[in-house]
Amino acid sequence: MMGTLHVPWAIPARRLSARAGFGHCSLVLVAALFVPSSAAASPGVTVGSKKFTESVILGEIVTAHLRAHGREARHRRELGGTRVLWNALLGGHVHVYPEYTGTLRQELLPDAGPALEGLRAAAEELGVGISDPIGFNNTYALGMDGGREIWTISDLADHPNLVFGFSNEFLDRADGWPALRSTYGLPQTPRGLDHDLAYRGLEAGDIDVIDLYSTDAEIAHYQLTVLEDDRGMFPEYQAVLVYRLDVAAVAPELLGAVAGLAGTIDEAAMIRMNSRVKLSKLSEASVAAKFVKGLTGEVVEVEAETRWTRFTRNTRDHLVLVAVSLGAAILVSIPLGIVAARRRRTGAVILGTVGIIQTIPSLALLVFMIPLLGIGGPPAIVALFLYSLLPIVRNTHAGLTDLPPHIRESAAATGLPSGARLRLVELPMASRTILAGIKTAAVINVGTATLGALIGAGGYGAPILTGIRLDEVGLILEGAVPAAGLALVVQGLFELVERRLPRPPR
Amino acid sequence: MIELRGVSKSFDDEVAVQPLDLSLHSGKTTVLIGPSGCGKSTLLRLMLGLTAPDAGEVLFDGTPFFEHEDVDALRRRLGYVVQRGGLFPHLTASENVSLVGKWQGRSEEDLLERLIELAGVAHLPVELLGKKPDELSGGQRQRVALMRALFLDPEVLLLDEPLGALDPMIRAGLQKDLRKVFRDLGKTVVMVTHDMGEAAFFADEIVLMRDGAVVQAGTFVELTQSPAEPWVTEFIAAQRSPLDA
Repeated sequence: MMGTLHVPWAIPARRLSARAGFGHCSLVLVAALFVPSSAAASPGVTVGSKKFTESVILGEIVTAHLRAHGREARHRRELGGTRVLWNALLGGHVHVYPEYTGTLRQELLPDAGPALEGLRAAAEELGVGISDPIGFNNTYALGMDGGREIWTISDLADHPNLVFGFSNEFLDRADGWPALRSTYGLPQTPRGLDHDLAYRGLEAGDIDVIDLYSTDAEIAHYQLTVLEDDRGMFPEYQAVLVYRLDVAAVAPELLGAVAGLAGTIDEAAMIRMNSRVKLSKLSEASVAAKFVKGLTGEVVEVEAETRWTRFTRNTRDHLVLVAVSLGAAILVSIPLGIVAARRRRTGAVILGTVGIIQTIPSLALLVFMIPLLGIGGPPAIVALFLYSLLPIVRNTHAGLTDLPPHIRESAAATGLPSGARLRLVELPMASRTILAGIKTAAVINVGTATLGALIGAGGYGAPILTGIRLDEVGLILEGAVPAAGLALVVQGLFELVERRLPRPPR
Repeated sequence: MIELRGVSKSFDDEVAVQPLDLSLHSGKTTVLIGPSGCGKSTLLRLMLGLTAPDAGEVLFDGTPFFEHEDVDALRRRLGYVVQRGGLFPHLTASENVSLVGKWQGRSEEDLLERLIELAGVAHLPVELLGKKPDELSGGQRQRVALMRALFLDPEVLLLDEPLGALDPMIRAGLQKDLRKVFRDLGKTVVMVTHDMGEAAFFADEIVLMRDGAVVQAGTFVELTQSPAEPWVTEFIAAQRSPLDA
């Protein structure tokens, strides 16, 4: 039971890491990229965004812009990472999403030249267009309390007594502190600490300089000075929109939105919008609507969702994910377990295979599914189905092979043919063990289904994702509590059924 | 009927049955006896085709067991009872007894009639028929197991220490009932036991085994009066009760 609520959110919450994530499973992902794409020809445009506030706001802005110009648009918000979105874009499941030039250069199109033209040429070969920069650069930066006469990073070299407090990731990354120290010849020895604590340390005066992202909402809130990277050390992460060329051709409003947003948001504007969402707790949609109104004069209606409708929608999505995947897994696993129990060699292959499936990291599996099944419910259901196989197959196998020899021989000696023996004696006697396997699969399934939110499948994972992003405990609980409750209910229901089944033979 | 020709069987490196010949006498009770691990139970399992011989042949009606077209149909002509009954714990006594008959599609009436008839034969109170095996005593379980073995009116009954796990008093009562059933129904019976008194009580022929080989086969009188070797006398003497001394 406790196992159900761990893992999912071990993904770094900070933005650069969200951009840079996934590097370790790139082999699987490269393979996934080669699966042929299927451009969807739906009348509406699907906008995507990554699971951090800035990306969600930009996604909302594009969506609002499209709607303001009469084009149906749907926003698949806060998907699990760069690869999820890029694969969905290539597969035609998402038509446009905000990206950063640094990510395109380093991760997505590493063979293209450093210039925007090179990236564009490489992307065009994949059927992808890259917009002109939106106007802000979201990269690593150093910040300190306003009110000191220090404006550039070079100036820091003259103040050796300043205390640096950097995130551990920044300290470790080759393009972080090590590069910074050698480029600027800085004498200080930084402390490693958690990013959120860094802001508090700064406020309390324990720390003088911290690392941050140049559009962090907190910059405005704490009135920080962002030091100029006067030697141009940090890589450029210009925000752009990436979009499918084929969709832009049939939906001119998309081209309009893409072109209309170029150069419209500078760092200060982005910091303000991030801050309105993260610190003033406004919805991304309302911040976006306000921006689009200022830009185009068009009024976009913001759909407000009550907590209750959101909760029922998440519950419905979650139940569908669990019920469909678990049902299919039961139908497939029990026959597999029977074969495994009856044929030793085939059984070893079956048990080995479902065991290996279990070891695939869930995020990698989800991303792998995107080229095949797109984003949303179907790939999540297939992944959950695959994860549910092992407990049921293994328990079916164990239940059948652990029957006491005198029972098995007595059954054979009755002269019942093998099929009838299985149906009338062996399966009923193994039913408790099999049910225990189904129970385990169901409880794991309920917990793992929260990860479906990373690829837009909804469910209780969605408020958890948003809650983590906005640092809102209430939202996190809105997903975590019902997910835990559902796991308990599922467990309880199975235990009720279990009581009616024959006790395991002695 | 069942006949073993040059049959041998080993498990891993351990010899369970050395090459031996044995044929059952129709309508008679043959008792396989010997110390633990002498191969008597393996012999019974060979006769049921629950295990295949390494060498030699187990013939049923003159044809090797596994060369019969339908091995399951063959087994339905045999009745089998094991030490702890081998009853299926998820089924009631009557469901255990009529399991195969029901599978054959016989009518409820027909099944019920046979059940009541067999309850009479096995001296099982009919009100116990609705109980699950774990609600029955050891002796009652063996009576149910006997009913199950007899349900299809088999030609041969094979019993592996059917009374081995019972209290002496219950055991004595069941012995008498069992022998009466065997004689009244005229069944060909093979019974495995390690108790010479029980063997003498049931057997038309006793097959005394040691280390997977038959030491001597004959009536109890033949075994006591003309033992094939001194060990036969020793084995019988070792089992004599203090009351006989």
